[in-house]
Amino acid sequence: MSEENKEKPHLLTVNNLTVEYWARRGKIRAVENASFTLHKGETLGVVGESGSGKSTLGMSLIRLVPYPGRIVKGNIILEEKNILKLKNEQVRDIRGRRISYIFQDPMTSLNPVEKIKDHFIELIQTHEPKVTKAAALRRANQLFKDVGIQPERINDYPHQLSGGMRQRVMIALALALNPSVVIADEPTTALDVVVQAKILDLLGALKERYGMALILITHDLSIVLERSNEIIVMYAGRIVEQSPSTDLYSSTQHPYSQGLLKSIPNIELADQKLEAIEGSPPDLLHPPSGCRFWPRCSYVMPECRAEEPPLFQTGKNHLVRCYLYTEQSK
Amino acid sequence: MTKPTTKKSVLSSILPGLNSLAKRGLAGWLIIVGAIFVAAIVVMTAISPWIVPYNPVEIPSSPKILAPPSMQHFFGTNDLGQDVFSRVLSGGGVMLQVSILSVIVCLAIGVPLGLFASYAGGAVDRVVGLLMDSIYAFPGLVLAIAIAAMLGRGVVNMALSIAVVYIPSYFRVIRSQVLSIKEMSYIEAANAVGAKNRTILTRYILPNIVPSIVVVATVNFADAILTAAGLTFIGLGVPVTIPDWGWDLTNGRRLLTSGAWWVITFPGIMIILLALGFTLMGDGLSELFNPRLEQ
Repeated sequence: MSEENKEKPHLLTVNNLTVEYWARRGKIRAVENASFTLHKGETLGVVGESGSGKSTLGMSLIRLVPYPGRIVKGNIILEEKNILKLKNEQVRDIRGRRISYIFQDPMTSLNPVEKIKDHFIELIQTHEPKVTKAAALRRANQLFKDVGIQPERINDYPHQLSGGMRQRVMIALALALNPSVVIADEPTTALDVVVQAKILDLLGALKERYGMALILITHDLSIVLERSNEIIVMYAGRIVEQSPSTDLYSSTQHPYSQGLLKSIPNIELADQKLEAIEGSPPDLLHPPSGCRFWPRCSYVMPECRAEEPPLFQTGKNHLVRCYLYTEQSK
Repeated sequence: MTKPTTKKSVLSSILPGLNSLAKRGLAGWLIIVGAIFVAAIVVMTAISPWIVPYNPVEIPSSPKILAPPSMQHFFGTNDLGQDVFSRVLSGGGVMLQVSILSVIVCLAIGVPLGLFASYAGGAVDRVVGLLMDSIYAFPGLVLAIAIAAMLGRGVVNMALSIAVVYIPSYFRVIRSQVLSIKEMSYIEAANAVGAKNRTILTRYILPNIVPSIVVVATVNFADAILTAAGLTFIGLGVPVTIPDWGWDLTNGRRLLTSGAWWVITFPGIMIILLALGFTLMGDGLSELFNPRLEQ
């Protein structure tokens, strides 16, 4: 674990990141002008529904936006290196070593024809060719203990493990080279609720132990509320609200975030009615004029339809993209 | 979770293998029966120099021409007085060599071509795909005949002309597989941990398409034998000095009108059995590897 970076506050800085999919029918802006900073040891939650651009945002951090997507603008600065300006080989070196990625579906994220141990040997030797197989296996052994799988299961094939165990293996793989950032893209969506909580707690605990920063991408606000330091709420490719998670809970500002929060069942408020946000997210080929959320918003005002609101700063670290807070930001 | 198989001898590990193959139902039995056919013909051809009762290519000094099957000549003699039984025993060599060689050439060219082109995608994939499709547009035998006529006679030239006809089948099967595997999330995951393209191709994609390649190869074996027989039949095969079932077919066809059915029948049966052996194996393997039929 490298302790010398502890004083450096900015681990990962993203500026004005814009990602487009150049589809046949036109350009789709999946992420537009996203800016945020990730500090060492912090957890950043990225919340949004399907198609909000949260996964695209995650993939673009390691420059793996799937075809026909491309990053058209912005900067991604990791440990003082601009990822978007690096050569392909340099980015490949960063993937897995400095930033690792945990995918949504553990059932298909492991190569079915290779034993688990070969995944570790291959990963470690790709980035550190001098490490022997025995040394790689020793490291894998330790990682297996950390993620709570019996070390002898390393001789199994992926299909011999359960979904939860496979996701633990994916986490172990993600941690194998001691990265400074781990991006977990819906790491528990394919798992049942009990396993879900265990995996998330494990991720949190390992984050502390390995001293890395975590980006937790999810559609479930309840997952990130108590597990992250800061939360970004995305809607239709835009960051609509960005704040420390305690603030987001106590003073939720954007109508969309409020809607998300109201849609979480609360066991203590037995008589509370579970509310849903009416409508569905916009077609990004033909986004609504002005604010992207206005067709579904109950506070809609004339200016919402005319022009897209900028991000208003309403608190120390609280940003919200909504005209309701024009006054408050002054 | 110990693995006891490593300590057992080779033989005792093959036998349970056969046993479990038989338990896989029809598919397992198809493979076993097909393999027995092929193995029997290979063994027969291999040991033929020591078991033939007469020299299969030499023309005897006092020939018994077109003698019908008897205790002396089990399958009779042909128009040169050669013993048909001896020719049947030793005549499989050409077929086997041609089919094995053509499969090797196909594997060596078709597999890498399919892997690289479809993994690279875009223009490379399109150009190679068009090229393959244009070969595919010809009827197989006609194209093989044209190429064999250009190259001339001989085992290697026969194998090459058959290989050209079959490479597109490998390419197509591999391409379709690569295109679907390319989108699997373990490939995405491999990319996300910084795996090189070479690693992804050789360790992630290739092992996952080996079952399909095996199936295409067995079908290719069977077709290569029939095509080789066809090539020899029209005189594009091997010189007369090498015993060959294909040549016997050509020769026997002329003699059929004079009532000498035995010259063409026995080599014909052998070709059918060899092709059948490979076809059975191919069918069995494709059924075994078909995930939808797995119990």
